[in-house]
Amino acid sequence: MAGLFHRIGERERRPVRLVVDGTPLEALEGDTLLVAILTQRAALRLNEFDGGPRAGFCLMGACQDCRVWTEAGESLRACSTPVAEGMRILTREVAWTGQP
Amino acid sequence: MDRPAVIVIGAGPAGIRAAARLVQAGLRPVLIEEGGREGGQIYRRQPANFTRPPAALYGADAGRATRLHGDFAALRAQIDWRPETLAWGVTEDGLMLLREGRAEALPWQAMILATGATERVMPVPGWTLPGVYGLGGAQIALKAQAALIGQRPVFLGTGPLLYLVAWQYAKAGADVQAVLDTSPWHLRLRAAPWLAARPGMLARGLRYTADLRRRGVRLAGGVTPLGIEGEGQVAALRWRDAAGREQRTECDAIGLGHGLRSETQLADLLQCDFAFDPVARQWLPVRDADGRSTRTGVYLAGDGALARGADAAEAAGQLAACAALRDLGHPVDELEMTTLRGRLRPMGRFRRGIETAFPWPARLAAGLPDETVICRCESITAGDIRASARALDAPEVNRAKAFIRAGMGRCQGRVCGLAAAEVLAAARGVPVEQVGRLRGAAPVKPLPAATEFAE
Repeated sequence: MAGLFHRIGERERRPVRLVVDGTPLEALEGDTLLVAILTQRAALRLNEFDGGPRAGFCLMGACQDCRVWTEAGESLRACSTPVAEGMRILTREVAWTGQP
Repeated sequence: MDRPAVIVIGAGPAGIRAAARLVQAGLRPVLIEEGGREGGQIYRRQPANFTRPPAALYGADAGRATRLHGDFAALRAQIDWRPETLAWGVTEDGLMLLREGRAEALPWQAMILATGATERVMPVPGWTLPGVYGLGGAQIALKAQAALIGQRPVFLGTGPLLYLVAWQYAKAGADVQAVLDTSPWHLRLRAAPWLAARPGMLARGLRYTADLRRRGVRLAGGVTPLGIEGEGQVAALRWRDAAGREQRTECDAIGLGHGLRSETQLADLLQCDFAFDPVARQWLPVRDADGRSTRTGVYLAGDGALARGADAAEAAGQLAACAALRDLGHPVDELEMTTLRGRLRPMGRFRRGIETAFPWPARLAAGLPDETVICRCESITAGDIRASARALDAPEVNRAKAFIRAGMGRCQGRVCGLAAAEVLAAARGVPVEQVGRLRGAAPVKPLPAATEFAE
């Protein structure tokens, strides 16, 4: 699946490994989750009301349209969450376990 | 317990200048910032491990950006700096904060709201497709993440940011397919006397447009957007040109925006008075020339009070701090305040020119097809809003919200509120100020389910 976003520089950063929907995904240190995912995929989530794919909109923490989830069910705003080594992310909501 | 704090909310140009002025008077203000670093949106900083120089990030504003960041660095030890902290509610007794999953209430005696602005957007059919971003968002991708929203983008909307972002993308190597302005060209002539208040800014805008033209980018004014096409992501934009001909432009992304809307939720929770600003066609908190709201101890500065841009925000931030200091009994030289008011005057005129040349395209609301999604959060359509206006007889936006949830989603109407009001007003055949404004509610942004509340 082709990504929406295209890097134009700053490629000499340390790689950070994530798992998104069970699939390994390599990002770069300093990426937001949104950019890490959208450089390799075309969507972040499905809208709860119409089921359509969404990929965020404002990138500044206002629109709340870039929510993704940790495997523990915690929701994260992808545009303002930096990637971290070993993050396990889901693009579909799961039951919240209350565990971090 | 310490004495109640003097709090500045937002570490953009207005908030930093306000905090600096309070420190100069011997105070140690609390500076709250939702993001991780200072700078706000326009002087947003890239992550610490990025290496591009300021000139590459901020262009003609590199000097101002560097100065602001440098001044903040010098200030940091003298303030109570709280990054990654969301101010999500406020009462008489305390400002509600959330940091690292913990909520607390901070008692306050004075508060300067420098909460900034977000995109003002008129929806286009298909705008929920992946690949459509706010103009500010497109700029953040480039500036803070060294990434493009697409390689063949179209920029659609109106305002100075439309041309600036298109130009920045072209310069960064994107193959910009078109820059489509909903404002007709002739409005710029009408706006010229006001725009002349800031010749430097005007010249800069003209330079971006000329450079886009020189690069062969298609520019059109007076356009009507018709729809965004694509399967799973943006593939093309259909639009009507000023002569009434239908056009179709293929693209892989769209930057969309029509100027700015102020973030006013906290002023609303504080029960500050609001008034309809006919120039911006928005409800804004009432303030005096120095930034005092109608509520004692609450001050407003920067784009969160009135969108006039970063230079005005710096002056307004310092001026609001002067007003707060004076009200708290600190001596402030009248000359300083007179100078700051004088600096803001041409910026007010320029802003009037910008709103005249690049108006919010309210006229488009009436023409949106019923199936157009207005509320992105909950997929509420123009048709739903029209039904609430007619069949359910909603006289104003809060009633419509109660009936059909327009503006009740996670973003609390930040994205759809202004457009929803226009659709409602058009359906009822009344001026938009008659359908009111969405009232704010705490929490102003979603709190995590796992939030711990302090005793």
